[in-house]
Amino acid sequence: MIGTLDAKIPHGLLNQKWCSHRDHLRLVSPNNRRKFEIIVVGSGLAGASAAATLGELGYRVRCICFQDSPRRAHSVAAQGGINAAKNYQNDGDSIYRLFYDTIKGGDFRSREANVYRLAEVSNQIIDQCVEQGVPFAREYGGLLANRSFGGAQVSRTFYARGQTGQQLLLGCYQALCRQIAAGTLRMFPHTEMLDLVIVDGQAKGLITRSLRSGKIERHASDAVVLATGGYGNVYYLSTNARGSNVTATYRAYKRGALFANPCFTQIHPTCIPVSGEHQSKLTLMSESLRNDGRVWVPKRNVDRDKPPGEISEADRDYYLERKYPSYGNLSPRDISSRAAKEVCDEGLGVGPGGRGVYLDFADAIKRLGEETIRERYGNLFEVYEKITGENAYKVPMRIYPAVHYTMGGLWVDYNLMSNVPGLFVIGEANFSDHGANRLGASALMQGLADGYFILPYTLPNYLAGQMGKRPSADSPEFQQAEREVRTRIKKLLEVDGKRSLDAIHRELGHLLWEKCGMSRHAKGLQEALTKIPELREEFWRNVRVLGKDEDYNQSLERAGRVADFLEFAELMCIDALARNESCGAHFRQEYQTPEGEALRDDENHAAVFAWEFKGDGEPPKLHCEPLHFETVHLTQRSYK
Amino acid sequence: MNFRLRIWRQPNAKTTGKVVHYDVRDISPNTSFLEMLDILNQNLLERGEEPIAFDSDCREGICGTCSLTINGEAHGPDHPGAVCELYMRKFRDGATIVIEPFRVGSFPIVKDLVIDRSALDRIVQAGGFISARAGSAPEANSIPIPKYDADLAMEAAACIGCGACAAACPNGSAMLFTSAKVSHLALLPHGQPERESRVLKMVQAMDAAGFGNCTNTYECEAVCPAEISVGFIAKLNREYARARLRQNIGK
Repeated sequence: MIGTLDAKIPHGLLNQKWCSHRDHLRLVSPNNRRKFEIIVVGSGLAGASAAATLGELGYRVRCICFQDSPRRAHSVAAQGGINAAKNYQNDGDSIYRLFYDTIKGGDFRSREANVYRLAEVSNQIIDQCVEQGVPFAREYGGLLANRSFGGAQVSRTFYARGQTGQQLLLGCYQALCRQIAAGTLRMFPHTEMLDLVIVDGQAKGLITRSLRSGKIERHASDAVVLATGGYGNVYYLSTNARGSNVTATYRAYKRGALFANPCFTQIHPTCIPVSGEHQSKLTLMSESLRNDGRVWVPKRNVDRDKPPGEISEADRDYYLERKYPSYGNLSPRDISSRAAKEVCDEGLGVGPGGRGVYLDFADAIKRLGEETIRERYGNLFEVYEKITGENAYKVPMRIYPAVHYTMGGLWVDYNLMSNVPGLFVIGEANFSDHGANRLGASALMQGLADGYFILPYTLPNYLAGQMGKRPSADSPEFQQAEREVRTRIKKLLEVDGKRSLDAIHRELGHLLWEKCGMSRHAKGLQEALTKIPELREEFWRNVRVLGKDEDYNQSLERAGRVADFLEFAELMCIDALARNESCGAHFRQEYQTPEGEALRDDENHAAVFAWEFKGDGEPPKLHCEPLHFETVHLTQRSYK
Repeated sequence: MNFRLRIWRQPNAKTTGKVVHYDVRDISPNTSFLEMLDILNQNLLERGEEPIAFDSDCREGICGTCSLTINGEAHGPDHPGAVCELYMRKFRDGATIVIEPFRVGSFPIVKDLVIDRSALDRIVQAGGFISARAGSAPEANSIPIPKYDADLAMEAAACIGCGACAAACPNGSAMLFTSAKVSHLALLPHGQPERESRVLKMVQAMDAAGFGNCTNTYECEAVCPAEISVGFIAKLNREYARARLRQNIGK
């Protein structure tokens, strides 16, 4: 079923591709739209905006989410902002510049056409959100305010205090609620997708489990949209919500969808350091803090345990400002994270365990006053104090990198459709726009671009040929998929071993963090590839899952997710091992410049690596999609 | 640190629940309250007892999933903040801690400490939105909004939808929740066309869900993790009166 990977990128000039493509996409007439059933999995920015927009257009939509309300999807936790090329600051921004910053930020491992389209629709997103009532920050004259973010030399980020994700999500959620009231959309909260159903090679429905009652259900549809977010929780500790998981995309992979660039995982430089073994998650401090905070460590190891106030200016190393003078503290995420790891590896890290660096606001407070800093970042300082018990107005914050976002995801073409016809993937769940590293404030942009302005054009193009082809939920494919789901649940409950889920998951996470984290090398990855199957074997032999199937059973729901992580982790390592270069967040120690920067191999690796499932225990098959750069010139990414 | 826990356990909505005693030992003061419950659940698992069901997701105070009443206070003693932002250093070593779900008639118990808050979603579905079809919006800066109004709208919009307001209220009222959404949208120029129908429908849905009314005890404001002001309830009352009056005159 898989030939060459055709990304279906339209011909023509870069800045005209999307426009002319839209002119030729097939349409579904208004009175036919209600004859189509579409299932959207996930209710974050991408899922909720897509579900609401498709509802507005008149399709019959079902949206499922594992949270008890769609308003709680993890997009809610995004703090900093959303980019757009409005150029309201008159500082030289443009669609091209946002495109260029994004593709360069991604270390030239994303498609030009996709990224350009993203930059193009960014402005419409801001218009749409303002109209919905998103209370973006404003200036005294009543016009919208902006701030700057890592990887850019212009101020193009729109924000709502430190709660931009929450406000954008509430905008989508409210649009979703409007469609629920209008009767075009049915919401299935507290429901998890456990399998994708494929009929005649096309995605035509799902098997779901109600988390509340344990009831298994079949959903037949004309198309399936996955908007299930990222897989950062494979590392156990990440800034993701506890429930975030890979199950939906991994199940789709096992049904034939290709998984692209799974090893591209973003480690965010500014998180609160780990405090102990009990820790269940990591908390992000928005990157916007780097606008006013200065990152430093002591120059000498002996000063490490001194109170920061007693270390003189001369004894401090503001290492980002030193190494990358033109971007300084606003260097991109992958570079800032690696720089923090390096200084800690050299024994200069601060705080318990020596895994932390200072983010210091003293200069900004002196320059702007505490009140201004409070206005800009007040809630972040409060969060920091709650968790650490320290007042960051008085002592510098301690931060350390943590897993935050996954650039990898299911492979999709320019229409956001996977290689399985009828299966669309949007938002963080796909691989499409961020290459090997995502810039700050671009995730929210991509989620909403896909949901509001791209999928609603490209999905009808598929549906137009599907009239009357929706199978019955009683067809053999559904019965078979349901049987397999039930067998797996039974198997999980029957293991009845001794080890807890958390213990196994934590061990997996630790292994990945060490071997497939901020920097990787072939030997380490090979070790991980030996250990992961052992751990998986132990899971199926010795995990303890209590309770019943047809009940609200939190251990059972988590067990299914951890089982998928245990398979998926292997795919990540295989991908990391196959990519014999360093690019963006994927830093292979064997491939670096004399200054220790990522060394790309554009000759052989300017490509998307997409993996095909070949059966349990079989190695996956690699498909390459070469990346063609017609407009930008590939350079070594320099932020010096 | 060591703690004596008294935890509400209830197998499902149909069965009566009861308080069960548990002890936890050697808890680091830097452990969050929910991590302390994770540790207890690990211990229960090892003993072959079914873990305690409780809800949480983001664990950083923004998703509004966690919903515990601790020693009689919604979200526990460290206000403002959700339970997930509460750390054990806030408790005395050896303390007895009583843990229950949010107790509101309109939030039926699903299991143990997990409740069903779909009533809050129904209030928003009734009209807590601006009808702005994707694609139809004008240029974002075409309507300037005074910073004061935008900031105030943001203060109201910060609600995380946890339902602690209703849990803390002696009347089980969700008026702080409803007023936050009504105020957020009524303060913005874009929310004007539906201003009256919105407040009338949302209040109707709130009443239909069985929530009580406000009698100015302000317990809601005291426990709100997002620090939503009761001033918005006053605004809700004004908005409601205004809408009813105009509706009546219109007739």
